[in-house]
Amino acid sequence: MFPLRVTDVEINIKSKRLIGPINLEIEQNGISILLGANGSGKTTLLEALHGLKKLSAGKVEWTISHSLAAKEQAFVFQSPIMLRRTVAENLAFPLKVRRLSKSTATAEAMAWAKKIGLENKIKQQAVLLSGGEMQAIAVARALITKPKMLFLDEPTASLDGATKKTIEDILIFASRNGTKIVMSTHDLGQAKRLAKDIIFLHRGVVEAHCSKEKFLTEPTSKAAKQFLAGDIVL
Amino acid sequence: MNEILQGLIQAFWLVLSFDSELITISLRSLYVTVTALVISALIAFPLAAFLVVTRFTFRRAIVVTLNALMGLPPVVVGLIVYILFSRSGPLGVLGLLYTTSAMIIAQVIIITPLITSIAHQSMQELWSDYRNLLISINISKMQRVGTLMWDSKRALITACLAGFGRGIGEVGAIMIVGGNIDNATRVLTTAISLETSRGDFALALALGFVLISLAMSVSFATHWFGKTERGDLR
Repeated sequence: MFPLRVTDVEINIKSKRLIGPINLEIEQNGISILLGANGSGKTTLLEALHGLKKLSAGKVEWTISHSLAAKEQAFVFQSPIMLRRTVAENLAFPLKVRRLSKSTATAEAMAWAKKIGLENKIKQQAVLLSGGEMQAIAVARALITKPKMLFLDEPTASLDGATKKTIEDILIFASRNGTKIVMSTHDLGQAKRLAKDIIFLHRGVVEAHCSKEKFLTEPTSKAAKQFLAGDIVL
Repeated sequence: MNEILQGLIQAFWLVLSFDSELITISLRSLYVTVTALVISALIAFPLAAFLVVTRFTFRRAIVVTLNALMGLPPVVVGLIVYILFSRSGPLGVLGLLYTTSAMIIAQVIIITPLITSIAHQSMQELWSDYRNLLISINISKMQRVGTLMWDSKRALITACLAGFGRGIGEVGAIMIVGGNIDNATRVLTTAISLETSRGDFALALALGFVLISLAMSVSFATHWFGKTERGDLR
């Protein structure tokens, strides 16, 4: 079991509250989608869950130790961060720093390059590829260590349909193979395609956390109704 | 103009005739500077990377001091090293004054802040790109330092070349601590200084051209073997 419990989490910068107080429990299985308008605090919450942002108050608890949890999770950023290395070296990087043998790391990198359709570009510099290809590498690099928890911050924002489909297929595959996925998006269609449960965030506060079906058919808050109707959420 | 021409002709003649004294002096120049450069690089690169990836109280003060020390007057360094290693000095017992070792020590003091500052600047830029990824992959500080150094290697080569240029052309400090002793501590720059004071401008110029050729050859060789201009971003 690997659920995550968030209790009274707040993040403030100086006197301004970015998110919180947030109380949340994320279950082990499936894809949880963090939904909300731009500026609702999705990125801040994801970074807080992953440990990239320092909490001003509250706590994030795992059922395993924090040090073990840190090893069992990965993060994909909205703008893919590529090492100044080849595609193969980027993919193999998390395995190499975990001291896996070079041959194992290279074989895994090759397998993942095939999965994302970049097997012909493994020797190319990653930073010279297209945005979609770089994001596919970032997702594959995050999954190469078989993490139990994967956070993704709007990984398909501004990508074309084909690349979006490739990444969504990889995420579904990873989820079926035991990786819990928590992903933020403001793309309602994507949430409908992928989500098991939806966490709706508005002005830094969780306004709804329920199954996808319930959220789509019985939105409880005014902001959620506006969001589903395609209105501008203020 | 005539003296420059004579100097050029004499330089060619000295090189073509494999003048033994010229070869000895040139090799000594290279030995002193390359040794100093290796020692400096071993200190500067990890120090620069450490300053990038860690936050502690006096970090900014150290960075500012290192930047200020880039303009360290070599004559003052020579004087301090002279005082330290003179017979009555605290390190006089080592008997290093007027040896190539003292010259290397002086050059290390001159070169290290320069290399550290250039390396720090380039790794700082890389760190702003890599920071979130390396933290999210949960790698140790040592691994972060290693990754930054590896992916900055081109900038580090440039830092080394800057250090080499500063060292090979340095005269003030090594004249004081080396003493410009024939067959012992005479290097190209101190030989040029001596021939100029003797009034043999043609020979001084010839040595000067050899010095320039040496510096340029090292730079070209470094770029060639380091593949720094081949556009693969490594």
